[in-house]
Amino acid sequence: MNSNAIKARKKVLVILTQSPYGNALSREAIDYCLAAAAFEQDLTLLFTGDAVLQLINDQNPSTINQKDLTKTLSALPIYGINQFYVDSNALEQYGIDNDFCVPTIKVDVKEISELLVNADTILNF
Amino acid sequence: MNYSLVILGAPYSTQSTTTALNFTKALLKNGHNVYRVFFYHDAVHNGSELSRPPQDELDISTEWKKLKNEHDIDLVICIAAAVKRGVLDNNEALRHEKKSSNLSNSFELSGLGQLVDATEHSDRVITFGP
Repeated sequence: MNSNAIKARKKVLVILTQSPYGNALSREAIDYCLAAAAFEQDLTLLFTGDAVLQLINDQNPSTINQKDLTKTLSALPIYGINQFYVDSNALEQYGIDNDFCVPTIKVDVKEISELLVNADTILNF
Repeated sequence: MNYSLVILGAPYSTQSTTTALNFTKALLKNGHNVYRVFFYHDAVHNGSELSRPPQDELDISTEWKKLKNEHDIDLVICIAAAVKRGVLDNNEALRHEKKSSNLSNSFELSGLGQLVDATEHSDRVITFGP
């Protein structure tokens, strides 16, 4: 049997750090996730710091000529991406808790370090 | 070991590119292989043939050119991120009806699939942040 054919897919952890509209990197990171999903990559997303703001529902960025990031984010599960982790510290700092655009799992510092250890590749946006 | 680099910061505005350049040189010096350097976000400005820093500052464009010529490393710029920021090759200039193009011939424009491919084929992928 061809050993390449049965080689497990690499686990890619995408760390998101940017607020949704302060920096174009937030959207470009999600664009990468969509592309990776199209290539059937094993993706896990971790929202840390200001990036937890990306998850809040009912955003209205058209008033500042931006596109709603939650629409793109909520499309990811359609492409088979279902692992969304969110830094519980950051949630606490911003005083937000639920009503997110995708189903998330809260993680503390210890669980975040486990995510890092378990990933084959980490991309930092 | 096989390495790929993802660069996100604009040259001359952030340390991102210069740190990545130093890292690339260190990799090659130590016998590692650089599978690809992928320029995304504001790092697409690395591809502009038109940048011209003062003579007493590092000419980043020339540094990439040297690495390309000496080691034939794969320098790929995200096409979507580049075109929206005004970094165009001849094809894109024609497609978007622009009078001129400015992509240095050390680089090529391609899609995010090249970043996915780099994560698949590299032992390590290092991000140089914005």
